[in-house]
Amino acid sequence: MSHSILDESIASHETPGTQHFRPFAVTPDLQAEAAERISHYPSNKRSATLPLLHIVQQRFGYISAAAIDWVAASLELEPIKVLEVVTFYPGFRQAAPGKYHIRVCRTLSCAMGGSHELMERLCELTGIDRSQCDPHHHPIAVSPCGNFSIEFAECLASCGSAPVCMVNDDFHEGVGADKAGALLKSYAP
Amino acid sequence: MITYTKPPHPREYRLIFKNVDREGWDASIDCYQRDGGYAELQKAIAMQPKDITEEVKKSGLRGRGGAGFPTGMKWTFIPPANTKPVYLICNCDESEPGTFKDRYIVHQDPHQLLEGMVISAFAVGAHIAYIYVREEFPHAALILEHAIEEARARNFIGNNVLGSGFNLEIYVHRGAGAYICGEETGLIESLEGKRPYPRIKPPYFPAALGLYMCPTIVNNVESLCHVKHIIRMGGDAYAKLGVPRNTGTRILCVSGDVKNPGYFEIEVGKLTMRELLYDLCGGPKDGREFKAVIPGGSSAKILRCEESYTLKNVDGSSRQLAFWDIPLDFDTIAACGSMAGSGGVIVMDDTRKMSWVLNNLNTFYAHESCGQCTPCREGSTWMKKISDRLVAGDATAADLDTLEAIAYQIDGKTVCAFGEASSWPVEAIVAKFRDELLADLKGG
Ligand SMILES: Cc1cc2nc3c(=O)[nH]c(=O)nc-3n(C[C@H](O)[C@H](O)[C@H](O)COP(=O)(O)O)c2cc1C
Ligand code: SF4
Ligand code: FES
Repeated sequence: MSHSILDESIASHETPGTQHFRPFAVTPDLQAEAAERISHYPSNKRSATLPLLHIVQQRFGYISAAAIDWVAASLELEPIKVLEVVTFYPGFRQAAPGKYHIRVCRTLSCAMGGSHELMERLCELTGIDRSQCDPHHHPIAVSPCGNFSIEFAECLASCGSAPVCMVNDDFHEGVGADKAGALLKSYAP
Repeated sequence: MITYTKPPHPREYRLIFKNVDREGWDASIDCYQRDGGYAELQKAIAMQPKDITEEVKKSGLRGRGGAGFPTGMKWTFIPPANTKPVYLICNCDESEPGTFKDRYIVHQDPHQLLEGMVISAFAVGAHIAYIYVREEFPHAALILEHAIEEARARNFIGNNVLGSGFNLEIYVHRGAGAYICGEETGLIESLEGKRPYPRIKPPYFPAALGLYMCPTIVNNVESLCHVKHIIRMGGDAYAKLGVPRNTGTRILCVSGDVKNPGYFEIEVGKLTMRELLYDLCGGPKDGREFKAVIPGGSSAKILRCEESYTLKNVDGSSRQLAFWDIPLDFDTIAACGSMAGSGGVIVMDDTRKMSWVLNNLNTFYAHESCGQCTPCREGSTWMKKISDRLVAGDATAADLDTLEAIAYQIDGKTVCAFGEASSWPVEAIVAKFRDELLADLKGG
């Protein structure tokens, strides 16, 4: 590991969500899934950077320093080439989210439809204090119990059914603040 | 996903969205083939590739991703003496605020897109094609991968497609939440596994120097779907839809302050702004009045509903056109000082404060600038800070002038068109709503 770059302190930290995810580990099925993805880019392995990071995040919740090292080694890249991708894209996380990660659309049509009120209500109900989250990079805030985390996302391409949000991979439309409670209940731990 | 149970409006013309929200329709290949799907591929694969390009040129199809560039002409920019591999990329990043059409195509009618892509790949000589899907469409990525497997099992994709000797693989590539990946050269960098820093044109026009520095055709989801219908109808017949130079159908996505928001597929230029917002969208919400409209995604300049425009006729004379009478095509909206862009129509009524609207947009662009060029990186953040003050009632008149000056220092001075995308909304809102913004100033 090249710890000069992948210093644990910048690459990841504990959150209340950490309990829900296994620590990163290389297993044969992880390697098989990675090899299959890499085969989609016959002329340039580096193209598999995003796909491999997605595999990691899907399985382990976030992208740790060890995972960055593994992606880099799998693609024969310097770890910095992977770290710079992880830190650029808002979709990649370096710390564990909650068991259910909520993305509320912040952009114009949803804001007109009440998405900021939805955000406030969701925070109230989950006990999330967004002012406490790290303003650096793309902040996500995790509830004290670790079950929920939340962030604002930019336009989720469903502006006609504003306000919208995502919970993990599920999409929810027309979610006014009054529906926040019912939404959270449907994801009870 | 909400399916709009309402039937298409009588003024719609459903070509691409024929099967969207249709009763009894599903995303399977069986359903698609029962409806005649892949017949156009059978037809196209027996043609000469250059004849397919010729039909697309004749159709007059202009890209539906934002710039409205003629699709057939783009295809001919691949250097004739090229010996490198050619790639086709479908842009399914759909991230321009206000735009939500590609989402329905890929979730509900993935084979229409695949058929359009196979025909297009055959026409341009690509043997590998990628669909760049925004990360926030996780289900769409799975649906598309499943559809690719189905199509491969029937030999519409893979080696020796339908016995023609043509080989094609299509792969899904997922983004990771960055708007700039919708810009075609940023997309290509992202597909190469890098940060999506756009490349400067010239020389990096994708058709000449694209993915891995090979000729690459990047087209929007909706554009690629149209190719299938052009093959079915023939380029000349397709060109009869819509109006001259603005042919075919296009999907408009209406959001914001209207009674019935949603998507509407119309013949380009055959409807006016009034018909769209009153007849199709049911007018303003009760007790409110329309104030302003962003006609083509958040990057398009805002139009005030009481405006009118002086337009040049072909014979050199000029005429007045009121906002409500603007026909929804590419050229007229451009002549009115905005753009048809991605087809995302965002409507604001008299309850909306323009300082608030401006600040929402500035926040978006400040967040999404890739940071590669100074005017865009510094300017977008600076504009956001000023509009933060405007919303808080802490801005001064000098701030408004600074805001305008920053916008003009970004516009036209950056690597990619994000510079225009972020400065146009500011330029237009400050110019058109100056009085309203002045009233919001400190002590104003
Ligand atoms: C900042 C920016 C964002 C863009 N986002 C998208 C997008 O999300 N989807 C898209 O199809 N085109 C987008 N485009 C346009 C693409 O660069 C490109 O022109 C388009 O994909 C070409 O396809 P078409 O000719 O079929 O329209 C964007 C352009 C810019 C400058
Ligand atoms: S204009 Fe903005 S988004 Fe485009 S390359 Fe420059 S910094 Fe990046
Ligand atoms: S503005 Fe929220 S989905 Fe587009």
